[in-house]
Formats: sequence, C-alpha cells, structure tokens
Amino acid sequence: MNTFVEALLEALRLILTLDPVVVEIALRSLQVTAIALVISAVLGVPTGAWLALTRFPGKRLFTAFIYTGMGMPPVVAGLAVYLLLSRTGPLGDLGWLFSLRAMVIAQVIIATPLVVGVSMSAVLAVDPSLGQQLRALGATVFQSRLAVLAEARVGVIVGLVAGFGSIISEVGAVMLVGGNIDGRTRVLTTAIVLETRKGNFDLAMALGIILLGLSFLANLVMALGQGRLSEPS
Amino acid sequence: MPTRNIRVWLIFILTLSLLACAAPATPPADQAAESDSDPQRLILATTTSTENSGLLAFILPVFEEQYNASVDVVAVGTGQALEIGEAGDADVLLVHDRSREDIFVEAGNAPARYDVMYNDFVIIGPAVDPAGIRGMEDAAAAFALIAEAGSPFVSRGDDSGTHSKELSIWAAAGIEPSGDWYQAAGQGMGAVITIADEQQGYTLSDRATFIARQAEGVSLEVLLEGDEALFNPYGVMPISAERHPDVNAELAMQFVEWLISVETQEMIASFEINGQKLFFPDSDAWNAAQ
Repeated sequence: MNTFVEALLEALRLILTLDPVVVEIALRSLQVTAIALVISAVLGVPTGAWLALTRFPGKRLFTAFIYTGMGMPPVVAGLAVYLLLSRTGPLGDLGWLFSLRAMVIAQVIIATPLVVGVSMSAVLAVDPSLGQQLRALGATVFQSRLAVLAEARVGVIVGLVAGFGSIISEVGAVMLVGGNIDGRTRVLTTAIVLETRKGNFDLAMALGIILLGLSFLANLVMALGQGRLSEPS
Repeated sequence: MPTRNIRVWLIFILTLSLLACAAPATPPADQAAESDSDPQRLILATTTSTENSGLLAFILPVFEEQYNASVDVVAVGTGQALEIGEAGDADVLLVHDRSREDIFVEAGNAPARYDVMYNDFVIIGPAVDPAGIRGMEDAAAAFALIAEAGSPFVSRGDDSGTHSKELSIWAAAGIEPSGDWYQAAGQGMGAVITIADEQQGYTLSDRATFIARQAEGVSLEVLLEGDEALFNPYGVMPISAERHPDVNAELAMQFVEWLISVETQEMIASFEINGQKLFFPDSDAWNAAQ
C-alpha cells in the first residue's frame, strides 16, 4: 500500500543525486520545448497582433480557425504530422519521422494557435485610441503598432506561458511522431508513460516531479516578470 | 509611453527573431548523428516485449560498437511495427506473429524472414483462481472456463502479436468473447498486466514481460503453461530496399546477420531476470552449432 511513499522517496533521491538518465531526459524535454516555443512565438505573436489591428475579408473565418486550433486535441496534430512525415507521405523524403524535428513540428502546430489567440486578445484589450493618438503625434504606423504591442505585453507573456505549458506536458503527439526512442526522442512525458507501464513507478514519479517543477518555475518566472512589467514606469 | 520601453520591447522582438533564425541552424541532437564521421542510424521497429523486458538494452550496445551504428528502437505492438515497416519508416523489424510475418514477406515488404528466438505465452491470473484453471494443459479449455465463470479478462486489444495469439485461442475454444468481464485495454503488455493485477483478472502474456513485471511486484501468477498453442517465436525481417530505396538496407542486413550469429544467440540465451531465462535462441546458425 505504501508504493506511493516509497516511489516518492526514491524519486527525490534520483533528483537530488542528479541521476544521469533523469537529467538527460529533462534536458531533452527543455530542448524540444524551447525550440518549439521560440518558433511559435515568432509565428504567433505577430500574427495575433496583425489579426487584432487590421481588417480584411475573411478575418472572422480565419479567427474561427485559430480558435479551433486552440482547442485541437494534440494527438490529432500528432497524427497529421506522422502521416505527412511518413516515407509514404508527402514529406517522406526528408526522413524526419521518429526524430526531434518531427516532435518540434507537432509542438509548434499545437502551441502556435494558442499564442496567436492569446496575443490577439491581449492586443484587442489595449485602448484603441492609443494608436490614433500616437499617429496624431507624428508616429509612423509601424511605431504606433509597436507601442500598442508593448502595451499588450502582459497578455502576450501569458500566452507564451500557456504555450510552454501545453508543449512541455504534451504526450500523445510526441509519442506518435518521436517514437519514444531511448537517448534520442524520449522526453519527460513519454518516459513517464513507458516507466509506468514497466512498473518502474519511482523513476516515473521522479520524472513527474521534475515536469511539475519545470512548469512551476516557468510560471513563477513569468509571474515575477509580469508583476514588474505591469508596474507603471 | 516612454521611448525606453519601446526600445526594450524592440530588443525583445529582435532577440526572438534572431533565436528563430538560429533555431533551425542549431541542429537538434538527432541530426548530428547523420553526418559522416558519426554512427549510422538504424531504425528498429519491434514489439514491446523485447524492449520492456530489457533484452535489447542488454544486447544492442555490442552491435552499436561493432558496426559504429546507433540503433533507434521504436517499441510498439507487432501490428503497428508491421505497418511502420510497410510504410518504409523503419529499416528492420523484430516481431512475433508468424502468420502475419509470412504474409508480410509474400507481399514483398521484406526479402526474407529469419528465426531469432522463442519463448512462450502463459495464462496469468490471481492466486485464488476463481475460474479454476490452475494446472490445466489446454489453453482453449481454460479460456472457456474463464468465459463461463465470467471472471475479468483483460485483452491487449491492440492488434499486437499477443492479441493475435489470444484471438486464435478464443477461436479454438469456439467463443466470441464479449461482456462486462472481457476488457480490451488497447495498451502494451506491461500496462495490461498492471490492469489485470489491479482487477485481479486473467490475461495472456508473453513469459518475458511477465517475469520482468513480476520482479517489480505484480501479484498475479502463472496458472497455465506448456500448451503447444502457446509457442511464441520471434522473427527478424529487413525492409525491402527495392520497395523503399531510402531504407538503410546494408546496415539492416548486417543487423540481421549479427542477430542470428552464434555469438549474439549466446548472449540472448544468457539474458536472465531473477535467475529465469526469458528468451531461447532459435536461429539456423545456432541450431546448426548445437
């Protein structure tokens, strides 16, 4: 009955002694998450701002697609990437299935709509008269939009944290397209699934604690940054 | 809005874009292995039993060192492994479903299939054995008793080699299993043993995975073993280079030859958990040497 306590103690030991397997898997998770998040931010923040600040035909339809993307089950994104990258698929020649690249692609597809959606809401929340006033004061269109984006920074940062959370905790898609290959594509979430199936609950728990810890740390850093950023300067 | 703030924000955006440009240029770890001096990559799609039992971790480092290769193990059910092979997404397969392997070769997906090793399936269940099958010799008759008693039975339900074997036993018993007692989990062997253990139900397992899980504290016991129908042979197949020019056919063939060589077969024979042998070598080379 005390499997839970035993697993917890062993998990703490694995973490405190910096067990090489645990460290390697944690670093790989961070690597995939970091690359995917940067790409999502570069694609998503400008797109969200653009959607909020411009009018064009079909905008509502496009926005509906973004919102659908925000609620898309990650495993569906994984399946699509799998079929695209399989040797029998349209991008099969790349030979990217079962690699970190495939995982990054799936993660970007999952996180980008989230970043776009939240950035858009954040920019929409900025007082619309700000841009007009800046233009009246002689700012170029680009300068005034930059200023609006700067006003929306807190919301944008929240979007990035949400993206980080969805990327690092995702399991189904990366399992499908990465293949959970030891030493190559095995990350925290897929390792937890595998070790639980093998009955290695202590190792699974150690990895779970690290996953929670990383998520907490990211949120803490963002919360602190958010506090500082939202203070009037 | 003070200009200083705008400048900070600009720098932030610039840094992000720079990072984004740098990201594709910084090769992910997996790509580094593809350059010339680094090890060649071999993708092995296999069944969960060979990886979950620890056999592959025991033998593969020897191959990787001898051939300067890195073997990427994608451990899934036999059904999925065959699909991965058919699509050309793996270089070589190590699976256990003899009839489907023969069909796979006949269809031209692999030039040949080679015997590697065998173990056997066992019917496991709770020590109290509510269906009363302990010590029986006929697997189909035991399945019939389990169905009659309505005791929980957890099926892989995932089109794996083990699932395929289970279905053939139900067919032999003339039963189409259905009802509350019959649960198709759709998961790997390790997970199914855990589910059966939690529910104190029966299941069919390959012996290797069961021994490995028993060492981690599963309370189920082997209740029936030794029926000829429970024989579980493993075969290795290189993927056809004719059909999929992108596969690493040369390394795949070297892997096959290495796996069925007497030296590797001896390693397979020496692999034990808690003093129990998990797999028995069965290649032509090994049998000729005996």
